[in-house]
Amino acid sequence: MSQSLEKIAKESISGELTTLNLGPTHPATHGIFQNILKMDGEKIHSAEQTIGYIHRAFEKLAERRPFNQITPITDRLNYCSSPINNMGWHMTMEKLLRIELPKRVEYMRVIIMELARIADHLVCNAVIGVDTGALTGFTYMFQEREHIYDMFEEVCGARLTTNIGRIGGFERDFNPIFHQKLKKFLKEFPARFQEFADLLERNRIFMDRTNKCGPISAQRALDYGFTGPNLRAAGVDYDVRVMNPYSSYQDFDFTIPVGTNGDTYDRFMVRQQEILESLKIIEQACNNLPEGDYKADVPEFYLPPKDKVYHNMEALIYHFKIVMGETKVPVGEVYHCVEGGNGELGYYLISDGGRTPYRLHFRRPCFIYYQAYPEMIKGSLLSDAILTMSSMNVIAGELDA
Amino acid sequence: MQSLTNRSRVVSKKTMNFWERIYLPAIFGGMWITIKHFFKKKATLRYPEETREFSKVYRGLHVLKRDENGAERCTACGLCAVACPAEAITMVAAERKKDEKGLYREEKYAAIYEINMLRCIFCGLCEEACPKEAIFLTDRITPSNFERENFIYGKDKLVEKIDQRIDVSGRQKHITEKK
Ligand code: SF4
Ligand code: SF4
Repeated sequence: MSQSLEKIAKESISGELTTLNLGPTHPATHGIFQNILKMDGEKIHSAEQTIGYIHRAFEKLAERRPFNQITPITDRLNYCSSPINNMGWHMTMEKLLRIELPKRVEYMRVIIMELARIADHLVCNAVIGVDTGALTGFTYMFQEREHIYDMFEEVCGARLTTNIGRIGGFERDFNPIFHQKLKKFLKEFPARFQEFADLLERNRIFMDRTNKCGPISAQRALDYGFTGPNLRAAGVDYDVRVMNPYSSYQDFDFTIPVGTNGDTYDRFMVRQQEILESLKIIEQACNNLPEGDYKADVPEFYLPPKDKVYHNMEALIYHFKIVMGETKVPVGEVYHCVEGGNGELGYYLISDGGRTPYRLHFRRPCFIYYQAYPEMIKGSLLSDAILTMSSMNVIAGELDA
Repeated sequence: MQSLTNRSRVVSKKTMNFWERIYLPAIFGGMWITIKHFFKKKATLRYPEETREFSKVYRGLHVLKRDENGAERCTACGLCAVACPAEAITMVAAERKKDEKGLYREEKYAAIYEINMLRCIFCGLCEEACPKEAIFLTDRITPSNFERENFIYGKDKLVEKIDQRIDVSGRQKHITEKK
């Protein structure tokens, strides 16, 4: 034990530091994380984080799966916003295959991705409320999240693990029910969300609780490689949608909310405002949704229409080839990143021309945030550590992949 | 920190004004919001007595379809098993006998067809892969069970009953025959 440790130990009531296992299945941490804390009473002296409790070897799995079968794997990274993961993967493949998408597909993707972002931020901010003791807002916001899931269900048939879209477009066009639900959502959501904002944003109890809780400076955040809302909360206006526009994000007018010193309140506020920005984007995309097809014209990768498969020999052969992953893909290396629910989600793909990736690496933002966690909670109280964790939106599925 | 774009705006204001500092307005405002919610429509359902409406394309429990004459459509081509990312499908193919024409549509059929519902992730790729419009996901939910073995669904559970056809027209991308 070092000198200072001994000193603290002497000063503390019991005469020693307590070791506390926060996790892996602690009711206060959302997900399976373990943190071994050295506690001086209620104060955290040092922390050591462990990972891997729900590691499912996605990168290895992906090496043995044809490209279209990797989409369901990406569902399970950040499961609060699966559509963003799905589409990030489709775009990576499209980049490798050099597929040009119709404008309509890109706009449709933007709508779905922004809905997913809203759902993601709603969960995170509602949970920050829960961890500060405000459960009510959480129950209100989860009702709204269900409406978003209803819309996903109309497009792809599932709510959480969506497997939405295909390489080259969508599996089906948006149906009238979807449009109707989206209209209803755009009309009703802002008022409900305002209620939630009124409950927390300027509430003194909440502000006192979250201000200066788990801060990180812009410099340290950049050093670690933070992205997304957590970096923006520290005051750096880095957003992949603006810096490296994909899927026609350059067509939309929106601002980047930033915080000042990267504490929990900043992270909360940045997400709150991003939800409103996402709504703006969705409205723009809806109003300007171009006419056209819901898929690109890529017969080698997009399954032929079913009537052709049933009756036409050539289509049937294509169908078999695509399902079995027998189409030629170029040899090459691509990196594509999207602004995920909680940061820059990147796919680094090396293809050797085979039917599966030679190597696929997921750049998972949570993995990076989690490394900074001990530094951010050092010296704070245990309850602040819980709050810091939930406000960073670390999701175990994505952390461990 | 210099700005990377000219589109950023600072959104968090940490100083409180007088009304915020005395914190009572926020408390009463919050209570007012919660009280209003007492009189709202309930957001929950009393499952299983009540069920919610599923979308037409919901991805639930599979069905193996029969054609209009009641013959099984599946030809045991195995494409669904290849397409399955969870490796949940297994099958054994057999050849149709002369007197079995009414039972199976094609000359080859699946003698055994099993889906392990514990492995299945309901991704819907099997449905998309099937060239014979034989397998579809439906808006039914796989019931829970106490035994693992009971989650391996054989043809007895998957093939639709002749007198209880399951309508999948809402999710079919192309319908070749009349019901
Ligand atoms: S269900 Fe369809 S894909 Fe699967 S074996 Fe039968 S015919 Fe082939
Ligand atoms: S739904 Fe997906 S996981 Fe389930 S059997 Fe079909 S292909 Fe396999």
